[in-house]
Amino acid sequence: MSPVPTTHVESVDFVMLYIVGISVVLLLGVTATMIYFVFKYNRKKGHQPVDIHGNILLEIIWIVIPTLLVLSMFYFGYTSFREIRDIPDNSFVVKVTARMWQFSFEYENGKKTDTLYVPVNRAIGLEMRSADVNHAFYIPAFRIKEDMIFGKTNYLYFTPKQVGDYDVACAEYCGLNHSAMYTKVKVLSENEFTKWYGGNWQPVKAEVTN
Amino acid sequence: MADTVAGLPVQHAEKSFYQQSTNKYSGILSWLLTTDHKRIGIMYLAAIGFFFFVGAVIGLLMRLELIAPGRQIMDAQTYNSFFTLHGVIMIFLFIIPGLPAIFGNFFLPIQIGARDVAFPRLNLLSWYIYMIGAALVLVSLFLPGGPIDTGWTFYIPYSVRSTTNVSMAIFAAFVLGFSSILTGINFVTTTHRLRAPGMSFFKMPLFVWATYATAWIQIIATPVIGITILLVIIERLFGVGIFDPALGGDPILFQHMFWIYSHPAVYIMILPAMGVVSEIIPTFARRTIFGYKAIAMSSLAIAFVGYLVWAHHMFTSGMSDTARWIFSLLTFIVALPSGVKIFNWVATMYKGSIDPQPPFLWVMNFIFLFSIGGLTGLVLGSLATNIHLHDTYFVVAHFHYVMFGGTGTIFFAAMHYWFPKMFGKMYNIKLARIAVLLFFVGFNLLYFPKFIMGYMGMPRRYYDYLPQFEALQEISTVGSWIVVGTLFFILGYLIHALLKGKKATSNPWGGVTLEWHIASPPSMENFAEIPTVTREPYDFSQLKEMKNE
Repeated sequence: MSPVPTTHVESVDFVMLYIVGISVVLLLGVTATMIYFVFKYNRKKGHQPVDIHGNILLEIIWIVIPTLLVLSMFYFGYTSFREIRDIPDNSFVVKVTARMWQFSFEYENGKKTDTLYVPVNRAIGLEMRSADVNHAFYIPAFRIKEDMIFGKTNYLYFTPKQVGDYDVACAEYCGLNHSAMYTKVKVLSENEFTKWYGGNWQPVKAEVTN
Repeated sequence: MADTVAGLPVQHAEKSFYQQSTNKYSGILSWLLTTDHKRIGIMYLAAIGFFFFVGAVIGLLMRLELIAPGRQIMDAQTYNSFFTLHGVIMIFLFIIPGLPAIFGNFFLPIQIGARDVAFPRLNLLSWYIYMIGAALVLVSLFLPGGPIDTGWTFYIPYSVRSTTNVSMAIFAAFVLGFSSILTGINFVTTTHRLRAPGMSFFKMPLFVWATYATAWIQIIATPVIGITILLVIIERLFGVGIFDPALGGDPILFQHMFWIYSHPAVYIMILPAMGVVSEIIPTFARRTIFGYKAIAMSSLAIAFVGYLVWAHHMFTSGMSDTARWIFSLLTFIVALPSGVKIFNWVATMYKGSIDPQPPFLWVMNFIFLFSIGGLTGLVLGSLATNIHLHDTYFVVAHFHYVMFGGTGTIFFAAMHYWFPKMFGKMYNIKLARIAVLLFFVGFNLLYFPKFIMGYMGMPRRYYDYLPQFEALQEISTVGSWIVVGTLFFILGYLIHALLKGKKATSNPWGGVTLEWHIASPPSMENFAEIPTVTREPYDFSQLKEMKNE
């Protein structure tokens, strides 16, 4: 398996594949049936149309089966969503503030940056606020986002598994330079992060999540 | 037969509604003061069609800007105003009023065997209110402050901070809402009170059912946006602090109120289109609709459940997890009645006698594009994927497949289906077939890449983008040229048909609902004598007798 930046990515991509897979089957089924009928029952062939008013059994089938399918989609979507909502007790917390048109980050030791630095393999918790209008904190590579709203604190959790740089975008329209409101999250190894952080950030060996 | 459904045989000397005035005036005043539902429908067609092209050209310019990263033809402020205007025009001036105001006005009374809507003068007033709303949108562009730049959703707090003409533009939406409400009241009353003798609810054509269900949403949901807009205007003018958090208000409350209207509004947009599909398929398959009651009831089910899913637009807003899963579950439920319709439509083709004329080709186009739109809605209904895809191009692609691929495609289907009835002229069938094909290719080029870009993480409402999106953005822009080119192509051959087309017969497709029993174009009174209905709506055994009329 190719390395993924967070374990949550795998489960989101699975939900995506599951829903798209079923959808493609349904789409092709409906389209192929329609095209087949148009050729098979073409008026040029000259057979008499038959008035069929309906079929209760068929109506039940095409209500019940899609119901089961969408319930399963709901279930997978929900359980995957739970992963980012169950707040780990000992996560490394960073305060994020959005303003037109930049993000800023504040760490527990008082350090402040424009780019988010986090250690690998540690649950990260973002406490997110806005200083003006609505923004949204979006890390496409991690498949997560949450709005940032003035007067309200929203939360986002992730556990990076791969060292690297990932784009962060503002995903809620916020005016003139909305499309320039990008930054990066830099995932560092434990050693590098300690060096950068310049102090103890209390890595707890036992807590590394799944 | 003739005395049971068709009223009197068509009299060739009878004047069409174009030649008869409902008032003492002739010329332009006979139109501007008319109370005839058909003339009002045509007036809506002219106005709505105009704004559709304006919206499309704005979209074309946006795509041109996005052909490469960085600045191409406009600055960021202009782009932000453009996507706002594109949304406002397409939603409030085209797609919400579109099908009900044009085709509902023209055909709902005829299909139930009535001479007009229940309140003809109110109907004319609705048109004027629409025109005033549209004029306000246009005026707001040129006043100091400049065109609105908040996005069509005008989320607070940005919409109270923006120095552009937000108040006037959203007041236009407020005014347009009244046009929608009054049209809804008119259609509900017409459906209840003016059905011809024998036309029971379950003998009504499915377009009437769909327009009827839509009318209820227009009446019940639209006042919520009216209230919300007034509150925003009060907030902007007096700084009251209802929604603006800086004044102690709640911006999430605004989002709830906005979507309590704007999600049901999605069904105002799509339900009448579904009604048109249910008309076209039986006519060209020349057999009765499969599952009449299932289709009729699914319209009501969509209208009802459609009220209960609004917060799926807010899964990343920081709502409670409980609210998120409940709205996710309800969202999946609302997909089911749409699925029921698709299955019944395809089943209606089974053992038919199918003649794939242009209106039917548009419907085939619709079934494919709308299915993609609906199925990608499942991806967005699911919480985990929604968190990733919310406010990205994936959403943009999804709702264009639903709105443009769905309702827009059916707007063309309805246009091609009823054109000979409305204007008494026939267009060039060969050109019309080419148009369907061109549209299909252009549409998928334009919007399918947006699904991929969305999953790659391209946020929507972006003036500029990262280099990895360039190739897909280019493909999308090329698609926009084909789509807009096709729109002008369609406009061209329809206008040509209007001026120089062959005269259409009263029933060119072999339809059996009541509009095909009367002349093309119809007379002012529609029916010389109100028909008595004895047959179900899609009973094609009467076709032979109709030919003898």
